[in-house]
Amino acid sequence: MTSMRAALVAAAAMTLTVAVHTQSPSPAQPAAAAPPGDAERGKALFVKNGCYQCHNYEGHGGAAGARIAPNPLPFRAFVAYVRAPRGDMPPYTATVMAEQDLADVYAYLRSRPRPADVSRIPLLAR
Amino acid sequence: MNRRGFLKHASLAGAAAIATPAVAEPQSPAARGAAPATPIMSAAAETATPPEAEILTTDRTGSDFMVDVLKAIGLDYICANPGSSFRGIHESVINYGGNERPELITCCHEESSVAMGHGYAKVEGKPLGVFAHGTVGLQHAAMAIYNAWCDRVPVYVMLGNQLDATLRRPGAEWAHSVQDAAAMVRDFTKWDDTPMSLPHFAESALRAYKIAMTPPMAPVVLVLNAELQEQPLGTDVRLAIPKLAIPAPPEGDSRAVAEVARLLVAAEHPVIVADRYARTPAAMAHLVELAETVQAGVISLGGRLNFPTRHPLNVSQARAIADADLILALEVNDLWGVVNTFRDQLHRSSRPLTRPGTKVISITSGDLYLKANYQDFQRFAEVDLALAADAEATLPSLVDAVKRTATADRRRVFESRGAKLAEATSAALDRARLEASYAWDASPVSTARLCAELWGQIRNEDWALVNGTAGWAPRLWSFDKPYQFIGGSGGAGVGYGAPAAVGAALAHKRHGRLAVNIQTDGDLMYAPGVLWTAAHHRIPLLSVMHNNRAYHQELMHVQKMCNRHSRGVDRGRIGSELVDPFIDYAKVAQGLGLHAEGPITDPKDVGPAIARAVATVKRGEPALVDVVCQPR
Repeated sequence: MTSMRAALVAAAAMTLTVAVHTQSPSPAQPAAAAPPGDAERGKALFVKNGCYQCHNYEGHGGAAGARIAPNPLPFRAFVAYVRAPRGDMPPYTATVMAEQDLADVYAYLRSRPRPADVSRIPLLAR
Repeated sequence: MNRRGFLKHASLAGAAAIATPAVAEPQSPAARGAAPATPIMSAAAETATPPEAEILTTDRTGSDFMVDVLKAIGLDYICANPGSSFRGIHESVINYGGNERPELITCCHEESSVAMGHGYAKVEGKPLGVFAHGTVGLQHAAMAIYNAWCDRVPVYVMLGNQLDATLRRPGAEWAHSVQDAAAMVRDFTKWDDTPMSLPHFAESALRAYKIAMTPPMAPVVLVLNAELQEQPLGTDVRLAIPKLAIPAPPEGDSRAVAEVARLLVAAEHPVIVADRYARTPAAMAHLVELAETVQAGVISLGGRLNFPTRHPLNVSQARAIADADLILALEVNDLWGVVNTFRDQLHRSSRPLTRPGTKVISITSGDLYLKANYQDFQRFAEVDLALAADAEATLPSLVDAVKRTATADRRRVFESRGAKLAEATSAALDRARLEASYAWDASPVSTARLCAELWGQIRNEDWALVNGTAGWAPRLWSFDKPYQFIGGSGGAGVGYGAPAAVGAALAHKRHGRLAVNIQTDGDLMYAPGVLWTAAHHRIPLLSVMHNNRAYHQELMHVQKMCNRHSRGVDRGRIGSELVDPFIDYAKVAQGLGLHAEGPITDPKDVGPAIARAVATVKRGEPALVDVVCQPR
């Protein structure tokens, strides 16, 4: 069960992450700098290595982890965060997830569909 | 022959044995082996005084009086898994008491009995009773008692026990007897007693109730000696039941309240944080009045439903703590955790969330009563002003003091602040709607979709969420009635959810409300038999499962360890998943007598299944819909 307290903490975490996501990529770290990745392999790695546990299978985030799809951080920032998270996220060293693995996961996250316009979802009406 | 008669005869026989010369008379061969001869009736035999007939029945027992006391207290239900150590009072409840107020509720596990009482009390505002063996029953019940203790909820536990060793039946009754039954839970109950007479029982029963119902509320234990229950009671015996008066909850000191008001009025960014603040239906209105008077943001931590989720001053989804210059904490158990952030990495660390100079005020009855062994009281929090008092009881006088203190200039500041907060809360709702739209059509079903589909089916009913939130209910639903949420387990002891939901639904039943339970899978597997209790007693409850096929919180902890050691990162699920085979909760529930559907994996199927389940619940029966969900 997820309590309201957990939801509050998660909301704060998500707020932080959304703020980061909305930053424009710096010239030195454009999103296009991401190496080629295999989205299908990335999907398997995302599950195998437990990323889904906090970020859910679609990378859409939830009570325990931020939304990281379909617009993750610029690739270099993404790798830096995975290697040395500033928050509670477990660190993934190169021993367990090589750079190419992360590139594949990155490709998977970017392949996730964007949501429909909220106004077209009656159940989410105010 | 009753016990006293038996004891009298036994002691006389003993005395005779001592007084009689120890000369053993040899038994005749006939006496040793022959069948007893048919007595030959004679004039002497027919006219002699017959030997005393053994009295095997009685019209009234001690446990009948105990039921009189329980009725006087006002216990409406007794939850119990049957046990021989309380057979006397069990029979008195169902026959002498007519099985009405209290009515016996059949449970399949003592943890379910207590957790039902936990959920019930948070809706009804008073405890129900629990019967359990003093040994094997209490050991089952202990976890649920601990949850209620942590959650400051009254549960009235009565334990059967046979104190007199010379009267115990050989075998199981010895294994079911104990010198000090309540000892096992004394560290996390507020009071206990083992009455040695019926007048003693009456006084202790009322004392226990008063103590349980006085903030900070907590479980209490009474040990019912089996002899006391089963002893015959003459029809001419008159036993008195003392008067019961529940103490008024402690209010904050008037000078301290005036100081709180002064600080609140003077603050530029006050934030009110409420946790287990709301005890009664009146609490929400008091908090709304206070918040609106000073136009302060309110964070409701979720221990209770303290504040409407859609109120423009509800800043629960915003980062309000960092901006606050004054924090007023109402019955907050973990105040340190509110004003600090903690990082769980190889080297654990923390840092303040508040800015320097922020003043912190605490009003809590938690300062009035604390025990040492179990550490649920959380880390020591630095505060500038502490009122050892019940926050709900203190709020009306605080509201009055604030109104007296606020000047016209300050009221203009309040209005400006309120307008900004309203904009922020409106934006937070829009963010929540946007976030919920991600993975809307995913399978497994997203928890946001689950909550949105459920909300769509219940929003026009008189509903109450009795367990679980799936993280999204408080963000997407409009909670505006005090009974619409009761918080969580308190002690984070898994296994609370399903039985607490059934207990809460039992309380809502008499009000005709639709009780809704967002049920996690791991929790249900602790004691799923409580679903049968709901079916058997026709307790209407809609359970919709947030089934992520794991003890997911623990799974994430193990994953963290795997990552920390850079080994076996792909093996973190071992020991925490509920797969291979998947548990078919619909079949489990059907086998326990419920309408049930699932497992549902396509989000489009969720709404129609919930609609069918709602129809069943509105007919007065429990129903369950199993939805396979994203993890969190």
